[in-house]
Amino acid sequence: MSLAGSIAIAGVHEHETRWAPDKTELQIMAESARGALADCGLGLGDVDGLFAASMSMGAMGTVSLSEYLNIKPRYLDGTNIGGSSFVAHVNHAAAAIHAGLCEVALVLYGSTAASNALAIGTGMGGGGRDPNGAFIGPYGMTTVGSYALVAQRHMHLYGTRSEQLAEISVAMRKHASLNPNAKMRKPISVDDVLESRMISDPLHLLDCCIISDGGGAVVVTSLERARDLAKAPVVLLGCGEAVAHQEIGSPDLLTLAAKQSGEHAFGMAGVSHDDVDFCTIYDSFTITVLATLENLGFCKPGEGGDFVSGGRIALGGALPVNPDGGGLSNNHPGMRGIFLVIEATRQLRGECGERQVQGASLGLAHGTGGTIGALHSGATLILGRD
Amino acid sequence: MPPDFEHPKPAASWETRAYWEGCGRHELVLQRCDDCGSVQHRPRAICASCLSSAVSHFVASGRGRVYTYTITRQNGVPPFRDALPYVLAYVDLEEGPRLMTNIVGCDPEEVSIGQEVVVDFQDVDASDLGEAGGSFAVPRFRPA
Repeated sequence: MSLAGSIAIAGVHEHETRWAPDKTELQIMAESARGALADCGLGLGDVDGLFAASMSMGAMGTVSLSEYLNIKPRYLDGTNIGGSSFVAHVNHAAAAIHAGLCEVALVLYGSTAASNALAIGTGMGGGGRDPNGAFIGPYGMTTVGSYALVAQRHMHLYGTRSEQLAEISVAMRKHASLNPNAKMRKPISVDDVLESRMISDPLHLLDCCIISDGGGAVVVTSLERARDLAKAPVVLLGCGEAVAHQEIGSPDLLTLAAKQSGEHAFGMAGVSHDDVDFCTIYDSFTITVLATLENLGFCKPGEGGDFVSGGRIALGGALPVNPDGGGLSNNHPGMRGIFLVIEATRQLRGECGERQVQGASLGLAHGTGGTIGALHSGATLILGRD
Repeated sequence: MPPDFEHPKPAASWETRAYWEGCGRHELVLQRCDDCGSVQHRPRAICASCLSSAVSHFVASGRGRVYTYTITRQNGVPPFRDALPYVLAYVDLEEGPRLMTNIVGCDPEEVSIGQEVVVDFQDVDASDLGEAGGSFAVPRFRPA
């Protein structure tokens, strides 16, 4: 049996917290694990594969996490390719389960980025002792700045306008207003985005994701086993991963890793773009969504500005993106990829209440890790109903 | 014009030392493979096109055009926080490679994509870097 169509997401949990000065990263992971296992009716003793990454986990990270949870998994994966890691973990878990190396995989993330006052967008970097980083470090590239380089190039080549990027923020906030757990729920207008202060031209404050605390968990197992569990299985139909980097000095900043990972995922799933009912896309910044949609092939290069306009990516539009409010408004505890998988799963189960995409039967999740103006990873999942 | 700032000292390894030493002589140095002719940046011990170890350095013209840029208006990290607003950019060199840099020597609002620029070096004290130290510089670009 092929991997596509034989592996399922059985349980998910998005930690409710957005501000947790009283919690640790491991605690948030464990509480998220409790939620996801309860969601599917499994126990910690069923877990035999552990997949995790975080802002602070380094070597031995998944070993320490195993000790914290007091489990002895037979498969460990601490892949850390940035915020996309957890989408990749689902891919890796599927491969491991398909190969018979584990049966119940637990994917975890937790972070106290906000209560630790991590200035992820404009307060990190600036040098260091890495010779390979010395070609960026001396120049003061912020996270926002890296994405801004892509936005500026896109505007120059295609005439994309700030108003079009702002439509993405407006749609995410509209979605968050329907999500009781979202951090930022007060609706905003295009003018609000354009009038917010410029952080790194052409990206304004409201073109940038928020910073929160939080975490989440995903349980992956075989479709066969998932059918016996508490919730309707969400089936993995296609997946792909990719990197994009400096290419010995010839990076095309408008070609994202999403192009390669998306092509692979669509090819594996054997579905077309028209079949996709909604997307969850890492929205670190508005430009991330626009450029990712182009690279995934939902529109041609340069058409992203028009594509995201007129409410097309809002609930009720032709292709709703991030019905939970995304990183721009719901939550963004540093590495957001796990929430892309969680929201896609909840949408496909039809359990999203006011923010439910009507008739959702096929969804695409795409995570970006790193920064698209320098080097980054991409991981894509295409998910469907059983 | 915004204040210039002292760039953080670039960390160097033996693979990248020739680049920073070249900058110290105010020469922008690139690598070319003796076997396949590929030009590459950033420098490394092998040719990333054919895996040959026969990689030589040559001095580039230092002329190029702005590929893209952003005016950075918020950065909490010193020394950049004291130099706001400043321009982060990619420049396409005449010899091919596209490299990340800053555009200096003009009002940030005057920078544009396609603008012709030339390299401008800022010497940095690298005397604490042992044998490799003493004569490094950071390449930035200014309007031609």
